[in-house]
Amino acid sequence: MKRVEEETPRIGVFICHCGINIGGIVNVPEVVEYAKTLAGVVYAEDNLYTCSSVGISKIKEGIAKHNLNRVIVASCTPRTHEPLFRGACEEAGVNKYLFEMANIRDQCSWAHMHEPEKATEKAKDLVRMAVAKSRLLKSLEEPEIDVTPSALVIGGGISGMTTALCLAGQGFKVYIVEKEPELGGMLRHLYKLYPTMQDASERLNHIVNSVKSDKGIEVLTSTVVKQVKGFIGNFEVTVQKANGGTANFGVGTIIVATGAPIFEPVGMYGYGEYDNVITQLQLEQLLKDGQLKKPKSVIMIQCVGAREKEGRTYCSRICCMTAIKNAMLIKDLYPDTDVHILFRQLQTYGEHYEEHYRTAQDKGVKFIKYLQEKPPEVISGKNGKLTVNVHHALLDEELKFGSDLVVLSTPLIQHEDAKKLSQILKVPLGSDGFFFEAHVKLRPIDFATDGIYVCGTAHSPKDTPESVSQALGVASRAAIPMALKRLRTEAITAVVNENLCSGCGTCLKLCPYGAIEKDEKGVARVTEVVCKGCGVCAATCPERAIEMRHFTSEQVMAQALAALGRAVK
Amino acid sequence: MTFEPRIVGFLCNWCSYAGADLAGVSRISYPTNIRIVRLMCSGRVDPVIVLETLAQGADGVLVAGCHIGDCHYITGNLQAELKINMLKKLLARTGLEVERLRLEWVSASEGGRFAELVKDFTDQLKRLGPSPLAGDKPDKNILASVLAAKATAEDFRLRLLVGREKTMIDDGNVYGEEVSEGELDKVLNEVIDAEYVRNRIYLLAKEEPLSVKDLSKLLDLDSQMVLRHIVVMRRRGLITVDRVEGTSPLYTALEVGQ
Repeated sequence: MKRVEEETPRIGVFICHCGINIGGIVNVPEVVEYAKTLAGVVYAEDNLYTCSSVGISKIKEGIAKHNLNRVIVASCTPRTHEPLFRGACEEAGVNKYLFEMANIRDQCSWAHMHEPEKATEKAKDLVRMAVAKSRLLKSLEEPEIDVTPSALVIGGGISGMTTALCLAGQGFKVYIVEKEPELGGMLRHLYKLYPTMQDASERLNHIVNSVKSDKGIEVLTSTVVKQVKGFIGNFEVTVQKANGGTANFGVGTIIVATGAPIFEPVGMYGYGEYDNVITQLQLEQLLKDGQLKKPKSVIMIQCVGAREKEGRTYCSRICCMTAIKNAMLIKDLYPDTDVHILFRQLQTYGEHYEEHYRTAQDKGVKFIKYLQEKPPEVISGKNGKLTVNVHHALLDEELKFGSDLVVLSTPLIQHEDAKKLSQILKVPLGSDGFFFEAHVKLRPIDFATDGIYVCGTAHSPKDTPESVSQALGVASRAAIPMALKRLRTEAITAVVNENLCSGCGTCLKLCPYGAIEKDEKGVARVTEVVCKGCGVCAATCPERAIEMRHFTSEQVMAQALAALGRAVK
Repeated sequence: MTFEPRIVGFLCNWCSYAGADLAGVSRISYPTNIRIVRLMCSGRVDPVIVLETLAQGADGVLVAGCHIGDCHYITGNLQAELKINMLKKLLARTGLEVERLRLEWVSASEGGRFAELVKDFTDQLKRLGPSPLAGDKPDKNILASVLAAKATAEDFRLRLLVGREKTMIDDGNVYGEEVSEGELDKVLNEVIDAEYVRNRIYLLAKEEPLSVKDLSKLLDLDSQMVLRHIVVMRRRGLITVDRVEGTSPLYTALEVGQ
């Protein structure tokens, strides 16, 4: 491909009628004649449809015949058609970044269909603006990087192991780093899993055995991630064993599956004070060990330390189902034990969960709604007996229950290592302390930083089926770059002028992708493959030492001033 | 002929430009006055670019990006907001109407809102009248002020402050002390004031040698204040004494090499 930066611009302008969409409003031939008068333009023509195969051939012919080194299509929006026209340029030997578009349909003829003359004037202005920018365009190359076909999974719970198995099954090497001495995470402490009522240990043993017997998976227990350097495809990981020893390895992708512990409600409803006030997790352990002595009356309190007005404002999502599950297990064990669940709002979403709720009702579990403003009270009496007072929100009545076991449903909360890990990986945490995805709808399991993904309760409270779904999703996402083996990254990146940079470091903190670091000389350096091209650093740099490729200050300025009919001074 | 304002719009690719596309796709008509420059993010808008666009006679400048929380680049729009806030403070000192600059959030689904916005801004500018900097005979004083504002927007100290505003609010200053938005705003105003006046002095002294008294009169500023700035500017090597007339030294601007 020819290098044209130093060459005098030879711009070709192709103006599209888009059938009657543009041509019916804008006087296209007049715009063509106008384009011919602009500095740098050596050729201009109109097409019925520039995006048709005929139109594309015309671009290619024009490039060859008139020795064009820059191309402008004035038609629709670059958001849909730029890739097509860029492709035509590339095929004809013009770097695709030497292409520019003027949007004379979506933002001109369609929006000004009742003012054809003004629309024509605006179309001329838009072409002039595109020409002004085009004259200053530079060809760019998209850097290519190799991707190491291996993944680091941080956390060996159900989510991490699911991802690891899925990736290993596709032939990728996987490292699982687990802080605890054994795999399993939260499932090690659970008894039954809703809605199937399968033994958690049965489920766990099966997956742990699969992981251990998979040759593609290397399990590092009693190990934590100490340092991560690099970028997608090329991460360098340092891990530390409990005995202090370290190890290094390279991976192409990283999956955060660190899970979440439950909230210990010390000081709430007598927890920590009375022995028979326990959490759901402690109840699971008693049920699991067959240690639950027959209680006469069990009271479960929902939303303990969750959905608060401040602090933990979120719903932990799993507590309602957990309470219903454990209430039923108690009923199965001791049918004449009274079980009451005091709830604020019951979340039994979906078909199976709703069914579970009804089954619990059929088994005699009682549900009582309380209000956030009027929370229940737990009072200790004789012989360790407890009294629970609650305002029944639907009856609008104060009720009093004797109880010998109060079970508090507490939320999953931020992992104690989350903050540290977020700093090591340079990925964000949300206001609730959980890892924060790139976009809730568009990129729900990616981090903004390429090559790093999140699943399971590290991301937000969720149950086993949801964690498994997300873990499989993450495995699919992480497999994409590893299967491709090579990646092309953004060419529109920031570049630092070393001579102007004072090393103030402002840009380092601004970059949402951690793409800028200081080099050995103390000046900022952009890791191009990490840069996403937003340009915030360029707009901010105190020394104005950063330039944004393809949207340089000079190019933007030229385009803006051309709108006013002025040239850059 | 009725006055038709010229609006230059700097729109982010992902939300606002897409919103403008949608207005067209939905055939929603709006005034033809806007000319759009597509950027990847509203955070790319360097204050210098806005001031140059205004200095060259745009009747209005619209900066539009994704709604807060929806930025394609996570926090770019927050940075845009900080810059436009700073710009408005600067503009307020120049005599050019602050209303000529607008920052708006338009999502990709808000075609109707975009059209409304352009109509509203166009109407607003029509009421305001042409920019004093438009046309062949721009208002000399306002132009000098806006050019001083532009030079201020290029100033290291001010840019550093705006660039660190968010981290300072979030993480405290370099000493780890908490900084409130109010305090930061105060510092920002002080820096803008000082640097803006210095740039005014510099640009005036560049045209002809001037005394403290002349400058004080031209800038409508207390002579003690002017003198204080001159001391700083001499120390920074920005101006020097050209000659002494009577007892008053006349100051002239020195060429500052990049």
